[in-house]
Amino acid sequence: MLLFEIVMVAMGAVRANVLRSVLTTLGIVIGIAAVITMVALGEGAQQRVQEEINRMGTTILTIRPGQQMWGGVSRGDAQLSVEDAIALRAGSDGLLKVSPEQQSRMQVTYGRYNSNTQIMGVWPEYFEMYDHQLEAGRFFDQGEVQGRRRVAVLGYNVPETLGGTPPELLVGSTVQIRGIIFEVVGILEEKGDAAWIRPDDQIFIPQSTAQYRVMGGRDRLNSIYASTETPEELDQAFAAIDGIMRREHRIRVGEDADFNIRNSADLLETRNEANQTFALLLAGIAAISLIVGGIGIMNIMLVSVTERTREIGVRKALGATKRAIMTQFLVEALFLCTLGGLLGVAAGYGASELVTRMAEWDTSVAPEAVFTAIGFSAAVGLFFGLWPARRAAMLDPIDALRYE
Amino acid sequence: MKASDEERRNDAVIIRTEGLTKHYVLGAETVRAVRQIDLTIERGEFVAIMGPSGSGKSTFMNMIGCLDTPTAGKYWLNGQLVSDLSDDQLARVRNREIGFVFQTFNLLPRATALHNVELPLIYAGVGSKERRRRAEEKLELVGLADRMDHKPPEMSGGQRQRVAVARALVNEPALLLADEPTGNLDSVTSEEIMAQMETLNENGQTIVLVTHEHDIAAHARRQVHLKDGLVEQDFLNEPVETSA
Repeated sequence: MLLFEIVMVAMGAVRANVLRSVLTTLGIVIGIAAVITMVALGEGAQQRVQEEINRMGTTILTIRPGQQMWGGVSRGDAQLSVEDAIALRAGSDGLLKVSPEQQSRMQVTYGRYNSNTQIMGVWPEYFEMYDHQLEAGRFFDQGEVQGRRRVAVLGYNVPETLGGTPPELLVGSTVQIRGIIFEVVGILEEKGDAAWIRPDDQIFIPQSTAQYRVMGGRDRLNSIYASTETPEELDQAFAAIDGIMRREHRIRVGEDADFNIRNSADLLETRNEANQTFALLLAGIAAISLIVGGIGIMNIMLVSVTERTREIGVRKALGATKRAIMTQFLVEALFLCTLGGLLGVAAGYGASELVTRMAEWDTSVAPEAVFTAIGFSAAVGLFFGLWPARRAAMLDPIDALRYE
Repeated sequence: MKASDEERRNDAVIIRTEGLTKHYVLGAETVRAVRQIDLTIERGEFVAIMGPSGSGKSTFMNMIGCLDTPTAGKYWLNGQLVSDLSDDQLARVRNREIGFVFQTFNLLPRATALHNVELPLIYAGVGSKERRRRAEEKLELVGLADRMDHKPPEMSGGQRQRVAVARALVNEPALLLADEPTGNLDSVTSEEIMAQMETLNENGQTIVLVTHEHDIAAHARRQVHLKDGLVEQDFLNEPVETSA
């Protein structure tokens, strides 16, 4: 009952000074807008990363060559070889699907069309690991790898670059990769991009063919991919790969490995650093604006208390307790800040939309973030309103009544 | 002591002070604003407290009005010992037992007359319907039934002071405490307000009036003169013909 009256009085005070109230809340508005935008960007980035991880395969580990160390001195990049891949496949007791990857950009010609395309030398397991589906034709098989056959599976976009020949017609015809004739055996379905991997633009050939016929006997692999059936097996797989690779490369336990094993999430991490930096910046802006906004609220509340000293005296003379006066001014500060919070949420929502459109970053305003933001602004109001409210409550009624 | 205890509980006594004293410390000096005042005011009395500036009448009034606490001595208001109460307890006593009328009216300028009169009831926790009914009743009593929705800036000084009187009465207080209620009013309006007070007193309202004007004090039935923090004179007024 009394609280309702107090709230009405506080709101009346805010209404009596609309312009001043709105200006006062500006700091809170900016702070909360920054919080909302930050969370929206973070949330959007998170969702995008999750999607990319899913597309890249949640169960895939990537092994890359690292630095070869010899007594603390780098001896250049270490190498991954087909033997490593073979050892991994043989040594993991069926835990892993393994495929080496040897890649290079090369001239591809089809009739009078030609393009510069990324050629991927892989094993058939590669298609299973990334869950590739066929638009037309077939994958190549293990026999064709062993026979170093000149067969090629084209990514979804490749026919387009080769004159737009329909996939069905392309299968069975021949393309030339670096002047070497290959039979097109299959065309992949569309896969979409995942980070820097663009399978739709690639041509896949058996790794052995790539090594011996296309890339001039180069035995260096770019990476080895290994995947498990389920994400739960990843830790076990990680340990297994580490063990096998160390044995292959003769690295003792305790020494630094000359290879890196990463999962999809790790690989995407660096790319998110930019996002995270931006989010951090926004968090800084948010924190500073909320503090500055809070101080603004405190300032205006102190002004309000001084302006209304007489009123406070009257209220006290008529029987208002300290608590009643304190509540009145706290509610006023709370009301101001919550108002600022609401405006801030609206502004943050707008800013997120703008970022989505202008920078094409995914954003997503979570309802929890909205409630948290409003709660936070209320907390700011409570914190910075406390001192002015206390000052009002502690006023001596006689002095307050005499105040001019 | 036993006899005086009984006397204190006497329902007829509204105000009783015993050795009421107030000292202020100003720098190195101690100002003895009120020293040892013993005063009893009974229910239904109309007392004018008089005295020049510096006589201690404002300080005395603040203590009588429970706005200030004495340095020493005791004060019973309507049977309750109030000289030792905390700030918030005093606030409740003010709310229940005292109605204030100030020289400068002290109405809330942004609130309507009705809301101003309702204010003490809000702090008393009275529900909104009951509040409105009682506030309207008191505004009618002071002759402002047609001005309830006006705000103080839209009213004359006399009207404002009548709103203040209505506000002072709305909680049915044991004591109406008026501090120079005519100080900001012209003589005609002053007479109106004083006539109002007299009527209230005739209907049983205990009134303490603080003033330095003799013709205003003449409306009261008893005068208490203070000087240098002490009671100098305490006498009953001759019954006079009211001029208005």
